[in-house]
Amino acid sequence: MTANGVLQLVFYMVVLLVLAKPLGAYMARVYEGRPIVLDRVLGWLERLVYRASGVTPELEMGWKTYALTMLLFNLAGVLAAYALQRLQGVLPLNPAALGAVSPDSSFNTAVSFATNTNWQGYGGETTMSYLTQMLALTVQNFVSAATGMAVAVALIRGFARRSAETIGNFWVDLTRTTLYILLPLSFVFALVLVSQGVVQTFSPYAKVAVVQPTEYDEPVTDKDAKPVLDEKGQPKTKKSTLTEQVIAVGPAASQIAIKQLGTNGGGFFNVNSAHPFENPTPLSNFLELLAILQISAALCYTFGVMVGDTRQGWAVLAAMTVIFVALLVVCVVAEQNGSVFVKQGVDHTASALQSGGNMEGKEVRFGIANSALWATATTSASNGSVNSMHDSFTPIGGLVPMWLIQLGEVIYGGVGSGLYGMLMFAIIAVFVAGLMVGRTPEYLGKKIESYEMKMSSLVILITPALVLIGTSIGVVTAAGKAGIANPGIHGFSEILYAFSSASNNNGSAFAGLSANTPFYNTALGLCMLFGRYWLAVPVLAIAGALARKKIVPVGAGTLPTHTPLFVGLLVGVVLLVGALTFVPALALGPIVEHLTW
Amino acid sequence: MLTHVRAAIASLVVFTVVTGVAYPVLVTLIAQLVFPHQANGSLIVKGGKTVGSTLIGQPFDAPTYFWGRPSATSPFGYNAGSSGASNLSPTNADLVKSVQGRVDALRAADPGNTAPVPVDLVTASGSGLDPHISPAAALYQVGRVAKTRKLDESIVHGLVAQHTEGRLFGALGEPRVNVLELNLALDSR
Repeated sequence: MTANGVLQLVFYMVVLLVLAKPLGAYMARVYEGRPIVLDRVLGWLERLVYRASGVTPELEMGWKTYALTMLLFNLAGVLAAYALQRLQGVLPLNPAALGAVSPDSSFNTAVSFATNTNWQGYGGETTMSYLTQMLALTVQNFVSAATGMAVAVALIRGFARRSAETIGNFWVDLTRTTLYILLPLSFVFALVLVSQGVVQTFSPYAKVAVVQPTEYDEPVTDKDAKPVLDEKGQPKTKKSTLTEQVIAVGPAASQIAIKQLGTNGGGFFNVNSAHPFENPTPLSNFLELLAILQISAALCYTFGVMVGDTRQGWAVLAAMTVIFVALLVVCVVAEQNGSVFVKQGVDHTASALQSGGNMEGKEVRFGIANSALWATATTSASNGSVNSMHDSFTPIGGLVPMWLIQLGEVIYGGVGSGLYGMLMFAIIAVFVAGLMVGRTPEYLGKKIESYEMKMSSLVILITPALVLIGTSIGVVTAAGKAGIANPGIHGFSEILYAFSSASNNNGSAFAGLSANTPFYNTALGLCMLFGRYWLAVPVLAIAGALARKKIVPVGAGTLPTHTPLFVGLLVGVVLLVGALTFVPALALGPIVEHLTW
Repeated sequence: MLTHVRAAIASLVVFTVVTGVAYPVLVTLIAQLVFPHQANGSLIVKGGKTVGSTLIGQPFDAPTYFWGRPSATSPFGYNAGSSGASNLSPTNADLVKSVQGRVDALRAADPGNTAPVPVDLVTASGSGLDPHISPAAALYQVGRVAKTRKLDESIVHGLVAQHTEGRLFGALGEPRVNVLELNLALDSR
């Protein structure tokens, strides 16, 4: 690592952790219904939502109703997003005249955005009309993030309340999250991004005359736009001269702001935040990076405030940070020092004049430190946006993002989903500790009994099952293998990464894999659905069960859960579960690739 | 049950209007008013003609111009209507071969230059549209450009220095040279 690289990483961590407290405290006010400044600006809108949907905000719900309303709302979102894609050809705001999206791709994308995964099987600027980007994708960016945060808050209430039958009102949590947290942050952030050069316009794509016309081989196509093959079976080409550049633009900034803040990650353009119009400067890059983890980190503090002991929140945040920093260092070092193309006469050493390192798939303005930091942050949160191409990372550099996803997206994690996932691990951790000393485990004064253990085990076991079974099917079927871009071991990694990403609702990819096929659209779509709702529902069940319990007074045998000892225990449990489950699969992929490189 | 279904549909409609219409439209209005240049793609207009965008690279392969990063977009490089990367792994023999080809092309265009080639000049960018190269990659090409344009090297060096952007606050990001702007400056000499 270079000195400047270290400086940039340290600066990022400091800002992230410093901002966690004020934002976390603000969010606690929002969820506890205490007065906030924005009440006066947006209060009318909140009341309008309730009136339009016939909701009584004071009426709280038990966990079953909370889960049911959450599922119904998400179902409505999937159906709307599907319909908009299928009908975009006949709908307005489509200056590039893009046709209907295929049924399997529409299903995949609708599920992908509703589950906060934002896996993208399609290329944004060549597939989605402006209207689809706004009404289907931007809207789901907001409400899928709000859904995750609502579920997390319901779980927090489960810990905080005693002998209670209800865990809050889903509509209220959804609405207040969207209006008072996500919308104002996105609004300001979008305008800052525009100032840096992110486009925001409804005009059609721009056309410019290039400075130096260049020759290229244009594929020859027949009248059905299919490539014509020569006698050797290779696509036929003819010499053509490029004189004009078509530059895709669009209402990008408004969507990029929420895709970063809401751990969504679905880019406006095909290459996501590597695109200069999506992430033009080091400042835009720093802010987009911060947005990836900021809400998830701050929610830990919100948790602390709402359970009445902020030390509990800091302990969870500390555990996340320990794992994050350790893996970040591995990724940066692998990308900076991996000896690439030395035999070809290439200079990859870092100096004052170049960042050096493995630059395939990376942008010069970000270099190694910011590309590796982004890869680590986007996969520890379930964001999945990218500013460099993970498929072109060195084997170990690529192992880091893949394993972070497989740990279950609990290192900061998705907004809301990261916290509730980590709290499941905390329950397992106190259970393990309880086994050691032979006492009934408790967390935050709540006895952890067999029902909670069953549910949290479900949460922790479902996604590894989806990943490993999905990958096995992918590597033995012809339809699965057809998508592989890089031959050999790396091809296996591409499939493993895809199923890890979808099942854990991340959305990033080893993007060489051609995943816009009926097989992958369907298989990954199902993984995303199960990986989201089969986790959220058991979490709500635990919330309901915990809310009903009394608080056990702290005794001599109680394990304190705010100490470095507990942080270490929690880190150990997360890593142990992640390692035991995935090391065999990783050994077949990136580890062998590294050893044979 | 029915009340919940109604609530789901009605609230989705309201959120669609608020976050899917009002929010992007309001951001667009303010953006067009306050930052019209950036919001429309930072386009460069020369003599009434739009010649490019400062943020989007263009293909250059004449020895008289500075070359940018290799681009993996199809069917031609720097296709700003369809961004894309190679997604090739550094362990992939195809990538190693491409890198060798690019090194050979650079050497052929500048036979006297035997210095090792800066890595960003022979590896494809993430977007396929990277407008920048590293200062090292620019300095590597100064000799060739000066020779083919019959200019003094110090003049070309001066232009490169002028178009080199440092880190923000000396810390954030990486130093870089905007290839299109540099080439436009060369042409207008």
